[in-house]
Amino acid sequence: MATHKITTGRVRSKRVRQMTQTLALVLVCAMVLPLTGYLFPETQSVTAQAQQATGDANQRSEFWRVVREGGAGYSSVVSSVANPETNTLYNITGQNWRQIRNGLIANYGGWFLFGVVIAIVLFYALRGRIDLTEPESGERVQRWGFWERSLHWYTASLFIALTVTGLSLLFGRALLIPLLGPEGFSFWAGLSINIHNTLGPFFVLGPILMFIFWVRHNLPTAVDVAWFFKGGGIIGKAHPSAGKLNGGEKVWFWIVILLGVGAVSFSGFALIGWVQEYFGVEFTRSYAQYMHILHSVSALLWIAVFFGHVYIGTIGSEGSLDAMTRGHVSKEWAKQHHDLWYDEVKDAEESSASPASSSETESTA
Amino acid sequence: MARMKFLCDAERCIECNSCVTACKNENEVPWGVNRRRVVVLGDGEPGEKSISVACMHCTDAPCAAVCPVDCFYTTDDGIVLHDKDLCIGCGYCFYACPFGAPQYPQQQAFGVRGKMDKCTFCAGGPLADNSDAEYTKYGRNRISEGKLPLCAEMCATKALIAGDGDTIADIYRERVLQRGTRPQTWGWETAYPTG
Ligand code: HEM
Ligand code: SF4
Ligand code: SF4
Repeated sequence: MATHKITTGRVRSKRVRQMTQTLALVLVCAMVLPLTGYLFPETQSVTAQAQQATGDANQRSEFWRVVREGGAGYSSVVSSVANPETNTLYNITGQNWRQIRNGLIANYGGWFLFGVVIAIVLFYALRGRIDLTEPESGERVQRWGFWERSLHWYTASLFIALTVTGLSLLFGRALLIPLLGPEGFSFWAGLSINIHNTLGPFFVLGPILMFIFWVRHNLPTAVDVAWFFKGGGIIGKAHPSAGKLNGGEKVWFWIVILLGVGAVSFSGFALIGWVQEYFGVEFTRSYAQYMHILHSVSALLWIAVFFGHVYIGTIGSEGSLDAMTRGHVSKEWAKQHHDLWYDEVKDAEESSASPASSSETESTA
Repeated sequence: MARMKFLCDAERCIECNSCVTACKNENEVPWGVNRRRVVVLGDGEPGEKSISVACMHCTDAPCAAVCPVDCFYTTDDGIVLHDKDLCIGCGYCFYACPFGAPQYPQQQAFGVRGKMDKCTFCAGGPLADNSDAEYTKYGRNRISEGKLPLCAEMCATKALIAGDGDTIADIYRERVLQRGTRPQTWGWETAYPTG
């Protein structure tokens, strides 16, 4: 009995002690924590900013000027999930973004892409297809292996899906609502944004693997400079020398890497919710606006160059598409467009002297 | 025809957050969303000012201009509303709005945004007036019943006033004259640049 009483008494006094300690802690925190504000002088109040800007005379109008320019205050309302700008009354940067997005990007950007298509059509009408100068003998030269072609078409198909869905969001209001109606377009736009934001991250794998496997073919040489000076065989009738890849193809490669990965994919990733969460970026309006402009401007430029790439790989040049579909090209095509590479392949074939070497020959039926 | 506007008198607002609570309750807004908020400028310093802000129902609304699915419309009373059945949650209206009005309900998996929600000036949405569907999606339609937004009706100091632009501007002008302060129609030059 006695021992029992003592223990309960001990427990009680322990509890009292704990309670007073907790209370003291709460009090100390309540007094000290607000002072931590002084540790962060950069989070200046609107009044302090206004005072700094002028003397006391104009302080009142300065106060409102600072507010108009996005000076932050304090709000006890936790607005919107993950909106770090609840404390800001004004953010007039949206007006600039609206002008750039609707004017420069959606309006001039559209005419720019349209102009590129017209230019390609005109070029085709004037220049026509680049034909092979010698008739095909039937002898074929291996150019891209199965894995390389898979990588190319993986990247290309995702690129097209991203282009169609991305452009739908950008131009759909002007071009697709009249066609599909508001409900129809809303359905398509909802699908587009989800396809776009889901496939985007998978897409980047393509250019990254291309960089790893193909960078050795794409280092610029003096031959490429000469190739450009001779108009690349595209302008004029010259047949400038080229290795496995010519100057133009190398430029396309570096556009894919620098513009495609460095600008389009980077900014695309930056706009995706789970990426922001993972890297803990503060999703402010200015951030979203910058990334959006970078993404759409660089994407439009990339699409324009892509149109040129598709043209030259299909109707623009006889026999080129074979390289990426069947993986091999005619001997005549190799000699005309990539003479130095053809010589290399032939030399390798002769020195190894075995019939089943890197340049397998086969006859076309 | 009335041209509905909000005006917050910074000399009167005492940051009681009644407008915020009234709105949240009247409209049963989605979890995580507050259509109205009060921002305190220069908190705890002499000259501290508080302002209650929500969608200002802009004349040439930036949100409407950038929406890829064009789902905004302006009512005859100048109230800017949007159609949640068309909205794809892209976030562009949020990028463009100067007042931080558009918000998105709790994020779904992979940080995907839900349908945008913002202040409706208590005017509901495009669905049938006072229907259950309208109430669930957009909140109360007080305007159709001849009532003003509840936030302004609830404001104890009458700092937040809502109604026809000319009428509330007159009320405000009278106040400014009586107390001898300079007018500060906060946000008006951005929301209603052409009057
Ligand atoms: C790594 C790949 C990519 C990612 C992660 C990505 C992501 C995004 C995101 C998040 C948006 C904005 C949507 C929003 O704000 O919610 C967007 C828009 C857009 N993207 Fe991409 N994207 C990628 C690649 C591409 C590619 C390859 C193209 C075309 C070449 C492209 C063209 C566009 C366009 C045109 C828009 C619409 C801009 C507008 O409506 O104003 N994107 N993309
Ligand atoms: S305040 Fe924002 S959401 Fe409201 S009309 Fe203006 S731009 Fe649109
Ligand atoms: S979030 Fe909805 S309302 Fe806002 S711009 Fe996108 S589609 Fe339009």
